Amino acid sequence: MFMAKLPATIFVGFIFFILGSQWAFAQNGPNLGVLAASEEIVAWDISISPDGNGLPEGSGTAVGGKSIYMEKCLVCHGQEGSGLLNDRLAGGHGTLDGPAPIKTVGSYWPYATTIFDYVRRAMPYLQPQTLSNEEVYALTAYLLFLNGIIGEDEAMDAQTLPRVKMPNRDNFILAYPGEK
Amino acid sequence: MPESKKNIPMEEVAGNGLLHRRVFLSQGAALISAGSFNLLTARPASAQTTVDIPPWMKVPGAGMSGYGSRAAHEDYIQRNPVSALGTTGSGGSRTPLQSLEGMITPSALHFERHHSGIPDINPDDHRLLIHGMVDRPLIFTMDALSRYPMVSRIHFIECSGNSRVGFNIEPALGSCGDLHGLVSCSEWTGVSLAILLEEAGIDPRAQWVLAEGADAAVMSRSVPVEKIMDDALLALYQNGERLRPDNGYPIRLLLPGYEGNISVKWLRRIKVTAEPTMTRDETSKYTDLRQDGKSLIFTFPMEVKSVITSPSPGLSMSGSGLYEISGLAWSGSGKIIAVEVSADGGRSWARAALSEPVLSKAMTRFRMAWRWNGGDAVIKSRAIDESGAIQPSRDQLLEEKGTKFNYHYNGIQSWRVASDGEVVNVYG
Ligand code: HEC
Repeated sequence: MFMAKLPATIFVGFIFFILGSQWAFAQNGPNLGVLAASEEIVAWDISISPDGNGLPEGSGTAVGGKSIYMEKCLVCHGQEGSGLLNDRLAGGHGTLDGPAPIKTVGSYWPYATTIFDYVRRAMPYLQPQTLSNEEVYALTAYLLFLNGIIGEDEAMDAQTLPRVKMPNRDNFILAYPGEK
Repeated sequence: MPESKKNIPMEEVAGNGLLHRRVFLSQGAALISAGSFNLLTARPASAQTTVDIPPWMKVPGAGMSGYGSRAAHEDYIQRNPVSALGTTGSGGSRTPLQSLEGMITPSALHFERHHSGIPDINPDDHRLLIHGMVDRPLIFTMDALSRYPMVSRIHFIECSGNSRVGFNIEPALGSCGDLHGLVSCSEWTGVSLAILLEEAGIDPRAQWVLAEGADAAVMSRSVPVEKIMDDALLALYQNGERLRPDNGYPIRLLLPGYEGNISVKWLRRIKVTAEPTMTRDETSKYTDLRQDGKSLIFTFPMEVKSVITSPSPGLSMSGSGLYEISGLAWSGSGKIIAVEVSADGGRSWARAALSEPVLSKAMTRFRMAWRWNGGDAVIKSRAIDESGAIQPSRDQLLEEKGTKFNYHYNGIQSWRVASDGEVVNVYG
């Protein structure tokens, strides 16, 4: 499947040469990918997984999050996440099995890490990727607090956030690859 | 004697005037002049004839142009953009299915669904990063990607929120495109993602990849490695030209048959992982809430489905006579093997003709000859795919999946044709 080593001359000019790594190349393509530097990867890799992998340093509480929310989120998401122009972010607990389900961060989302990931990448809608990591932790804590999931002074950071269990966590059924 | 030359009887093959599917093919002009072949009209046209030479024959026509445009008379055929309050780019626009023919959607009318508008990407500055559980994290420029071997495939893309109005208690008003236009079909050309992952050296323990776009929402979805290795394409071209910005210029991921949102546009990053990342757009959205309050997550393939595009609301019938019922069928599980049509509200059904080519995970055009007697009629279509799946009635679907599902609606669409020729959406 893979070809053996390629002449090193092709890589003259590249400073990244990982000792001991096996240079193997795809047979079906011209092999034009350039090795990515670790700084590049760190800068690009903004996704957070449910186990907390990818969470940066920093921390924040709901108290701090509230003032950021009032300034940067209120106009679209309303007082205490009650919804305005855009999605409601709090409440709706216990409505999912009834006739009028209300899906919010608190009533529906299975993982708290998703709040950090999403708010950091996409919000506030008109100025995405402008929040500091501290601000995102604080806003995440505020949304969790509004939903009665954590206390007002509980700090969210890379250790505590993945440990938060969302109320609807166990109500998701994997259609792929299927339940084991 | 080839079947097409045989004399096909004009008898009904199903109730209320459905004729053999080969009627148009076999008897063509003779039949049409014997009967009256009527046209569906969106706009009433003057039937006046004239002996005058038309003005466009009396002066030389317009010159050539660098990039063509459609006839001004067709400009009324539009997508209908709708966005969330306070935004211009979080929303969608639907393909006007009722105004199109064949199986390919013109690129300019391909449906849109964006989460934070269409980014204005300079291809010279765009990069694709592949990293995570790979031996060599790699960056590709657009120039580099253009040198890889390319493949072309015709596939539909359907948003899993398409036809959502079918969950409404009362039938929604609107054209076929308003109700079902979050589906389109194109020829996509690009590079197989498997080749690039092979080049990066994928860890055999990897089960998922995260695909991320370069829009302001940095929209991201987790995709099974199994699907990537099977048929994932990095599409660079749509219908022969570079992707349009609203379809992911300069690269979109194309996952044939899967719900549209996962075919991430403006692709910038592929991260190979052991587990799904559980992004907002695969948890908060694009999950299917069941009646009991539990939700299905990762419901990827779009189900077998069909809709009659003509006649349909807005295309009124002009008097009794012979019509062609025309529609589209598709399935995320493979080829369409049959489409059945009913003109008597589902009491009797007959097989429609399928226009070639019939391709896997592509739209298939079906046609059926119908002699409308001018009376009230309910017409509907149901598709069957090669996995044996049969498109369910709305009642069956809601019975099986509940009323809160919100995605993946594939119930049979019924149109009521009233005696005045107007067509409306009805249930049952
Ligand atoms: C200008 C309006 C606007 C502002 C300001 C705004 N948002 Fe949003 N928000 C939106 C829109 C629009 C969406 C849905 C985007 C889409 O289509 O995917 C959204 C979605 C969300 C969601 C996901 C909701 C769900 O249930 O999936 C969260 C969480 C959120 N915003 C948090 C925030 C936070 C925190 C702030 C402040 C830092 C903020 N938003 C500021 C408009 C706004």
